[in-house]
Amino acid sequence: MASAPIYLDHNATTPVLPEVLEAMLPYFSERFGNPSSQHPYGREAREAVDRARGEVAAAIDATPEEIVFTSGGTESNNLAIFGASRARPYRHHVVTSAVEHPAIREPLGWLERQGTTVDWLHVDASGRVSARDAERVVTDRTLMVTVMHANNETGSVQPIAQLSELARASGALAHSDAAQSLGKIPLSVRALGVDLLTIAGHKVYAPKGVGALYVRQGCLLSPFALGASHERGLRPGTEAVPAIVALGRACAIAAREVEAERRRLLGLASRLFERLRARVAGLALNGPALEDPERLPNTLSVRFPGVTGVAVLERAPSVAASTGSACHQGEVHAPKGIVACGVPEDQAVGTVRLSLGRLNDERQIDDAADALAAAFEEVAPR
Amino acid sequence: MSLKFPIYMDYHATTPVDPRVIETMLPYFNEKFGNAASRSHAYGWTAEEAVSVARERVAALIGAKNPKEIVFTSGATESDNLAIKGVAEFYKEKGDHIITTVIEHKAVLDTCKRLEKDGCRVTYVGVGPDGMVDPAEIEKAMTDKTILVSVMLANNEVGTVQPIEAIGKLTRARGVLLHTDAVQGIGKVPFDVEALNVDLASITAHKMYGPKGVGALYVRRSKPRVRLTAQMDGGGHEFGMRSGTLNVPGIVGFGRAAELMRLEGVEEAKRFVSLRERLLASLSKSLDAIQINDHPTQHLPGNLNVSFSFVEGEALMMAIKDVACSSGSACTSASLEPSYVLHAMGIGDDIAHSSIRFGLGRWTTEEEVDFVIQLVSQKVQKLRDMSPLYEMHKEGIDLASVQWAAH
Repeated sequence: MASAPIYLDHNATTPVLPEVLEAMLPYFSERFGNPSSQHPYGREAREAVDRARGEVAAAIDATPEEIVFTSGGTESNNLAIFGASRARPYRHHVVTSAVEHPAIREPLGWLERQGTTVDWLHVDASGRVSARDAERVVTDRTLMVTVMHANNETGSVQPIAQLSELARASGALAHSDAAQSLGKIPLSVRALGVDLLTIAGHKVYAPKGVGALYVRQGCLLSPFALGASHERGLRPGTEAVPAIVALGRACAIAAREVEAERRRLLGLASRLFERLRARVAGLALNGPALEDPERLPNTLSVRFPGVTGVAVLERAPSVAASTGSACHQGEVHAPKGIVACGVPEDQAVGTVRLSLGRLNDERQIDDAADALAAAFEEVAPR
Repeated sequence: MSLKFPIYMDYHATTPVDPRVIETMLPYFNEKFGNAASRSHAYGWTAEEAVSVARERVAALIGAKNPKEIVFTSGATESDNLAIKGVAEFYKEKGDHIITTVIEHKAVLDTCKRLEKDGCRVTYVGVGPDGMVDPAEIEKAMTDKTILVSVMLANNEVGTVQPIEAIGKLTRARGVLLHTDAVQGIGKVPFDVEALNVDLASITAHKMYGPKGVGALYVRRSKPRVRLTAQMDGGGHEFGMRSGTLNVPGIVGFGRAAELMRLEGVEEAKRFVSLRERLLASLSKSLDAIQINDHPTQHLPGNLNVSFSFVEGEALMMAIKDVACSSGSACTSASLEPSYVLHAMGIGDDIAHSSIRFGLGRWTTEEEVDFVIQLVSQKVQKLRDMSPLYEMHKEGIDLASVQWAAH
């Protein structure tokens, strides 16, 4: 790409950081062993995987034995849901939210077709479920409460600690998909009280094709893929050593820099919103207010009035952003996660999700605001 | 050129990534890093385009007619799981019987065991002393309820190349689907899904000089159109068969590795054949009482599995530390159980324990082979010189006839 568009789609995926790339590169060629091999090539690879496990664990306040490496967030979510369901087939009820990622929605849909009851909790205008609603439906038949830590579309952070407590009280498991929150806000599995937590490498500046599932010590899961006994028997298959090394390094960086990066991103997001609002009359923010402490600092979901987000982005080719969830884009349908917050469909179609990250600086933010405002002016009804 | 130690002769366990593959994949980590599912910007389009080039390259390697027949996964274990469980679930109304072999990879065997618990019936066909599956045994096992036959293209331990063509004729004639775990054979022995009537094939990048963490399942789309129940849900990527954000750099690397295999694999295999021949001939010349476990003709070009009688396996591995090889399959050698593959061939535990798998590959040199010949010959001889059994053997005593006193 000769003149690369300004990348404001960090919630869809992130570039691999130079430091992360540097850490992983030797594992493609020089240190290429299979961790299951007993010779020095294998041992070297095994040690690298173990080191990475420690780094991931430290970043989320877990112990290394509680980290299971997977191929990504989708697999982690599938393993959490199907693994728990298979281990405790006598529990036939799941509580989740109406704004989950397809990697939660679809496995739960599958369980539903097999006879499990699923309660899909509504969210309020700020995109949040209420623990009180959850309390009303959790019973001693509940297998798990699974609610994402932070939403990919609105950036709202869910009351996971409260939900976990509820789950725990009923003997249910607490799972949270933290693909969007890791590295953006502080994250501790102990503070959240979860039994299971999903991590996706490519959302935290590690490569695609790697992720992890935190499995609290003592939490029983049944593997859903079968094969040799890698990853404590929970996830067979030759470990993707370079990608795992990268995930470890990326998690270490995320943990180290989360506070500084959070402040920086929130500053940039506020700047972007102010600049846009100055030029676009009637521009609205979806989800939580910028001052809301329970939100991702980088996610700015805005609604342009009287136009579609698609039309705005089409006329702003210098900005790379998305109108819905990157993994599951409809054509002109309003983003479901926004409609779920109570925004009428005819307004929700004006949504553009601007998700900021390490690639962005103030100058880019100003240029992007100008480009988006100009695009709006072109398409806005007069 | 000086040798680098330990000398790597374990190319069946994994391979280093070819520098040309690394070069191809590098830009996709941080420059062209888009999510292939992002439809609203150039980052996404670039990623999607790269994936489709890779898909064509992988399809071309195995003779798939339509690139859409390639479903990218995280590796062969996932591909095997998806193929077998996916077929078992989708076709459960049609039948509940699966035929496989006792020498398959754990990913196939354990998946079949899980299905048995879930109510499927599985027949595990044995192999002859040469490690070869007999197609007649498969035919005999077939019933009206058989929906799938799964036989590996080449075995990971003894390198036996299985008669997939003959099996493909049987399955096609009976309207049964044929899956093959083709991980070890691809690029090294002829493999064409059309010519062999293969309906599903598992492949992985890291055994063919691509990166770990990416593989594919070939799923035939016409004559017959194979249907599968997805095993991982969430987003409907990969034609609804495998969800999850595509591992773009990994897939790009896999595609390049597949292309290199297609262009160079046959030539390269000739080199392996001559290196293996050199290794085999020299070991046979310098040592007596060795047993070759490979099939005499139908074996992978770079595979040599050899047992050294009268030496203890672990002692041998310690003695030849300067060569990185395997005493069983990489995935199971952590345990000291004798290889189930050798066991299935009727090889006794003592012989199985003293077997070594040499796997030759792209960067194996003649110099390395010569070093290994010298090292192994010397060390085996040294270990045998300490063995009273070997002494008895040399004196012409038939050890099988000896009555051992209890003590």
